[in-house]
Amino acid sequence: MSIEIEHLNYIYGDETAMAVKALDDVTLTIPDGQFLGIIGHTGSGKSTLMQHLNGLLKGSSGRILFDGQDIYEKGYQLKDLRRQVGLVFQYPEHQLFEIDVFSDVCFGPKNLGLPKEEIEERAKRALESVGLSEDYYHQSPFDLSGGQKRRVAIAGVLAMEPKVLILDEPTAGLDPQGREEILTLIKKLQTESHMTILLVSHSMEDVAEYVDRILVMNRGRIFLDGTPKEVFAHYKELEEVGLACPQVTYVMHDLKEAGFTVDVDATTVEEAKRSILQALSLA
Amino acid sequence: MNIVKADNVVYKYERHDEEGNVEGYTTAVDHVSLDVKEGTFIAILGHNGSGKSTLAKHINAILSPKEGTVWVDGLDTAQEENLWEVRQRAGMVFQNPDNQIIGQVVEEDVGFGPENMGVPTKEIWERVEESLRAVGMYEYRKHSPNRLSGGQKQRVSIAGVLAMHPKVIVLDEPTAMLDPNGRREVIRAARGLNQVEGVTVILITHYMEEIVHADQVFVMDHGKIAMEGTPREIFSQVEKLKELRLAVPQVTLLAHELKQSGVPLPDGILTRKELVEELSKVCRSR
Repeated sequence: MSIEIEHLNYIYGDETAMAVKALDDVTLTIPDGQFLGIIGHTGSGKSTLMQHLNGLLKGSSGRILFDGQDIYEKGYQLKDLRRQVGLVFQYPEHQLFEIDVFSDVCFGPKNLGLPKEEIEERAKRALESVGLSEDYYHQSPFDLSGGQKRRVAIAGVLAMEPKVLILDEPTAGLDPQGREEILTLIKKLQTESHMTILLVSHSMEDVAEYVDRILVMNRGRIFLDGTPKEVFAHYKELEEVGLACPQVTYVMHDLKEAGFTVDVDATTVEEAKRSILQALSLA
Repeated sequence: MNIVKADNVVYKYERHDEEGNVEGYTTAVDHVSLDVKEGTFIAILGHNGSGKSTLAKHINAILSPKEGTVWVDGLDTAQEENLWEVRQRAGMVFQNPDNQIIGQVVEEDVGFGPENMGVPTKEIWERVEESLRAVGMYEYRKHSPNRLSGGQKQRVSIAGVLAMHPKVIVLDEPTAMLDPNGRREVIRAARGLNQVEGVTVILITHYMEEIVHADQVFVMDHGKIAMEGTPREIFSQVEKLKELRLAVPQVTLLAHELKQSGVPLPDGILTRKELVEELSKVCRSR
């Protein structure tokens, strides 16, 4: 599903003394099947933007089009939109409530009014794609580890079979391996299920490693937009808005200053390694 | 005497069935002994569910050991009459800043602890001022905590603990919900407390880069201490850490991978500066 955002503005507390412009003339096209990372410091507008994309907030002005259809047009069914755009909030495991894992994942499709077989089919597929086997189906979600709980919560959204998946810091509070598992899973949803994915993250290292494109938000505006390499080339500007580059990018800059002929655009350990090995054999 | 001493500590959570009867026990901390010297900066690592937060909660007597003993500044934390003293000497800061701030104004929030301790008003204000200065939040003293960023809120939480003049501060994943800038601010504040104020700091985190300056690192797994050493000793063991669901800082991983590819580098490189120096050496020796 492609998404087009045209001159979107959103003002909190409009027409009051406390009015704050949370989104300021945001224009953006997200092609079908893209994995987009959104970064920005706390309060930069990234969560506000996400909440517009499944109609939780309505822009003060501007348009949003899903597959060319204007969601603010009269007669547009927001209910359909919410079915197609899955939103995984921060700490989604706080929203688990059913007595066992399987019922929790069934909750969403059940509310769509689907037949029982279809509901269970979907729940099974969703649990399989997050890597939870049948052994877990009848366990209480509250007895699982942090990473497992989070995967159950993501499965609950996947069971709605959305075309767009939006995740707000899905790895916060997880241990390093738990982070890697969740991100690998999300990447797989993009490559195998062809979902369009929007990932909000505070981890520059994670974003550099997994996404196709990065959007940097600052004061409600798009500050930078490009591939990880293009965005992290602006490391000074990123620091000015409270962000940073992956640690390896800094290493490459340090090495260049020390006289090495290395590629300062490297944003992952793998790229940095290749470039350093090359520089060493030339030296 | 060590500021914190744990001797064979065991903690078990009760598991309940649907009627609320005790069904069994989960051992979260399993015969842990450790010593923390006064004035040091300690880090505790471990995957989710490894028992590190459960252990931390023993240090300010939120939990009391089922077996074994924990002493804080020589006080047995299991003794009812020591509770008040233990909690004053060992403060704790948690993950979510929004759950820890109660005051309408920053300085009021920081004054809450000493006020409850019965500190005279004049001294409360002195403590509030010095605590806010120590974490770099003094200029925000008249602000509403609601309008602060995550990193600033966490620093206010730290100041609130500091105002109680503790000897130890336990920080349980204080940066998990923060953006890069907020993370930097909080870690800088924690190091400042340790180096300038001499407070013993115990930092629990999932971010490996945050602990490269620690004096000592404990790694927990299945309720036990699986590894113990300096950051360099710990981060030299890249494969072992992976087995424990952990990782190393990106710069350490890069050095490790280069070494695997035949570049003669030492193990356990922790900072950008070290890596650049070592690679320059390699270059010169050719």
